[in-house]
Parts: sequence; structure tokens; C-alpha cells
Amino acid sequence: MIGPTVEQAITRAHHKEWARVVAFLARRFGDLDIAEEATAEAFAAAAERWPRHGVPPNPGGWLATTATRKAIDWLRRESQRDARHQAARIVYDDTPPEPTGPVEDDRLRLVFTCCHPALAMEARVALTLRLLGGLSVPEIARAFLLQETTMARRITRAKAKIKAAHIPYRVPSADDLRERLAGVLAVVYLVFNEGYLAGEGDDPVRVDLTDEAIHLGRLLRTLLPDDGEVAGLLALMLFTDARRPARVSRTGELVTLGEQDRGVWDRTLIAEGNALVRERIEAVAAGGGPPGRYQLQAAINAVHTAAPSARDTNWSAIVALYDHMALIDPSPIVWLNRAVAVAEVDGCGVGLTEIDRLGDVLGGYHAFHAARADLLRRLGRGDESRAAYDRAIGLAGNPAERAYLTRRRDQLAD
Amino acid sequence: MSPVPRYLLSVHGPAERTESGTHPSQEAMLRVFADTGAFNGRLRRDGHFVFAGGLEPATTATTVDGQGERPAFTDGPYLETQEYLGGFWVVEAADLDVALALAAEGSKACRCAVEARPFRTEVPVRELPEP
Repeated sequence: MIGPTVEQAITRAHHKEWARVVAFLARRFGDLDIAEEATAEAFAAAAERWPRHGVPPNPGGWLATTATRKAIDWLRRESQRDARHQAARIVYDDTPPEPTGPVEDDRLRLVFTCCHPALAMEARVALTLRLLGGLSVPEIARAFLLQETTMARRITRAKAKIKAAHIPYRVPSADDLRERLAGVLAVVYLVFNEGYLAGEGDDPVRVDLTDEAIHLGRLLRTLLPDDGEVAGLLALMLFTDARRPARVSRTGELVTLGEQDRGVWDRTLIAEGNALVRERIEAVAAGGGPPGRYQLQAAINAVHTAAPSARDTNWSAIVALYDHMALIDPSPIVWLNRAVAVAEVDGCGVGLTEIDRLGDVLGGYHAFHAARADLLRRLGRGDESRAAYDRAIGLAGNPAERAYLTRRRDQLAD
Repeated sequence: MSPVPRYLLSVHGPAERTESGTHPSQEAMLRVFADTGAFNGRLRRDGHFVFAGGLEPATTATTVDGQGERPAFTDGPYLETQEYLGGFWVVEAADLDVALALAAEGSKACRCAVEARPFRTEVPVRELPEP
């Protein structure tokens, strides 16, 4: 048997150990800059040493020890070079570590610090990708189509605020946990959607971001295995990602759910998503509290992926799930999605009436016009459909989506 | 021990003031004074209070530039804006979460948005472990 190559071992260690090493150093040295730098240096040392000396038996332990040594070296160099640091060293922080739960993972503290509500959303996303995801600054900049220097500045500024404003490195108290966790999940889902619904640029799907979001989702699931919304978000991302192979045609056109080749969906990801949804249904049935928005969205996706074709979808179940959604999130987008499902149950005319009610708030949203265009087309109202497609094409940013809408419009009979 | 972090909680309000200050009525103003007073008492009781004060309108300010040979005086605030600093608290809080919770209470009491900004402090460097 041939073992994994050294390169694979390094990649796997990066995937498994990056966040753990950063989180450990951040607690030990109380400084995110040092934690990030020293971790990056440790991985650079691994890339240099492991090919020559072999992969150590415990790669995670090796990386943590090496990174700790790098951090101490760094602090020592700084204190020798800079008299101000010499003086600062007198102000030791000798407070005992805060009491924490028996199995609290340092990574969970890092999650809540990176996603602190006092940081701008874009800063939370960048920090999370850098410190928890281990993406390099150029990678993050590329993913968000920004200059490297801009992204580097964003991350530096966020870390400086965490330090200067004393943003704590801890898991929020039980009172605040739910709300703060919702903020964390929003960051992860934003990363996923940025990859999946890439609004700008030439790639319709940015796999690096969707993969990273799922990686973060799995990490959260490890850290908070009993949380329903954590499970729901992971399931939602898995279902969505399972459909990725069918989502863009060979000619670079977006393929809607109804037209996708269901044979190329990733069954492994779907099975994992189904297991999570089943677990949540059982937990809710056992009195575990009502499902949140991610669990409901995951359930909606489970219904879609269970159907052999769009026609065979249990649309009534989907309408019922959107009714639940509307109770916790009565946003126009939820009503729009519900109306699309209603059209399948009660007919295009009924669906269109519901959609038209949303015109005031969703008039600037391409999906609103795309949904109207489709129903108008099916109702044989060609001219109105064409006008709606024109509006949708004008508002859509994603090139694959524009290509799909353009073809659909041009297929309308004159 | 590193020092307890300090934060400036500043209150910004409109430049225009009437008889009842920036408040819709005399009664409303008195309620705000009472609530703000109660908040100050809570800050003192819980050991957060360092200093607090309300300011006269920005039109009473004088801007001084002492960098030249003789100080130059200008009638009015440094920045001409629609909203001005109306008052502030200086508080001690263990971390930003505590400071933000205090800011939220203060904001409710004084019926204004509050900016929480950390004072510059020495950066504590943890004791280096033995090699």
C-alpha cells in the first residue's frame, strides 16, 4: 500500500489543524496577530521539513509546538528590538484563565471573536476565512474580487479593533448565545452564497468559497453538535452543493432546478444532508423546540432532492414549509418563493396574483421578474413575459443567469 | 494585572436646541434627565463610573490653534456638522461586550445613539514561558 504523499499530508493537516493551532495560540498569547503569523510560519516550516524528514506521527502536535516556538521567538525578537515592548513586558497579564466548560474548544472562542457584532460584516467574513478557514490573503482577495492590499488592510484593521477595543476571546453566555450564533451562521452562509450565487466576475460558481463554507459548517457542527440551526445550515449547504454539477450547462448557462439533470447530483452529499434533516425532525418531534430558518430551508431542499423530477415534487409540503418560514421570517423573498410553489399547487394564475402583490418591495430584484416572466410565459401572455424577462436580465449580475434568462426570452413565440 | 479598559461613551445629538433642549417637550426632557440620572447611579454602584458630563451647545465652543507663535481663536466647534457631541460618559468595563451593554442602557436612558470608543491602553504582553 502506498501512503499519502507528503503534499497530501500537508494539505490535510492544513484543513484539519489550521483553526485549532490559531485558536490555541490566540488563547495562549492573547494576540490574534501573533497567532496568525506563527501558525503561518509553522505551516511554512512543515512544507520545508516534512518532504525531507518525513511527516511526523502527530502532525497536529508538531504544528502546535512549532507555532508556539515561533510565537515565543517572535515576542523575544520584538522585545529586544523595541524598547517600548521591553517596557510593556512589565505589564504582565497574570489573570488566571477564565473558567470555561470542561470540553470547550478554543476554536469556538475564535469563531465568536471573528464574528463579533461590533465588526462590520465584511470584516467578519474576511477574518473568519483567514483565521478559521486558513485561506491566504490573496485567496480571500481573489474570492471577493478585491485588491490584495485592500483585503490585507481590512483584516489588519479588524484585528487592530479586536485588540484596541478589547473584544473578548470567549464563548458568549447562555443568554446571548442564540443571537450571537445566528450572527456566526449568517457569516458562514454569506460565504457559501458568495460562492454559489457569485454575483459578479466570470465564474458562475466559486468552488473555493462554497467548499470553505461547508468546511466551516462542519467545524461548527463538531463544536456545537446539539444545535439545530448549525445542523440545518450544514444540511442546507450540502443539498445546495450536491446540485452544483447540474447547475451550470456546458455552454455556461444557469440550469434551473426544474431542468437539471438529477442523475448528476451528488448522492453522498444528499445522503449526509438527509441524515441531518432526519435528526432534526426527530429532535423537534421529541420536543426540542421549533425549527429555525436554516432547518426549514434544509427541509425544503430535502423535499426537492427527494423528487425524481420537478413535476413529481411534493409541492404542497414545500408550501407548508414556506408557511412556517413566513412565521419566523416574513420577508418578501420568502413570500416570493412561497408564491412560486403555490403556482405549482394551485396553478400559474394563483401564483402570479401572489407574486404581483410583492411588486412594490421586490421591483428591483431580478428573481422577482424572472419568476413573473416564467408564469406569464406558461399562461401564454407572451408580450408581458418578454417585458418581465427584459427587466430580469437587466437586473441579474451573474453571467450564467443572464444567459439562461436571455435564452428563455428568445424562445418566446412572436 | 493589566488595567481595566476604559471607554468613552459619547452622545451625539442635533445642533438645534429649543427651550426643552433637544427634546419634544419639557416633560420629556425631565423624564430623560431622571432616566439618565438613574443610569449614572447604576454606573457608580457597579464600579463602572469614571466621569460623565453634559455639554453646552456647540455654538458655545471656541476652537483654539496653539501651534503658531500666538494662539488663534475661532468662534464655534472644530467640525461644522449637523450633529454635535452633547455629552459623554467615561466608563471602566472588563471588555467590549460589557461596554456595549452599558452603551445600550445609556442610549435608552438619554434617547440618543451612543458611540463606544476604547481609550488607548498599554498592551499587556503575557509572561514569556521559559524556553
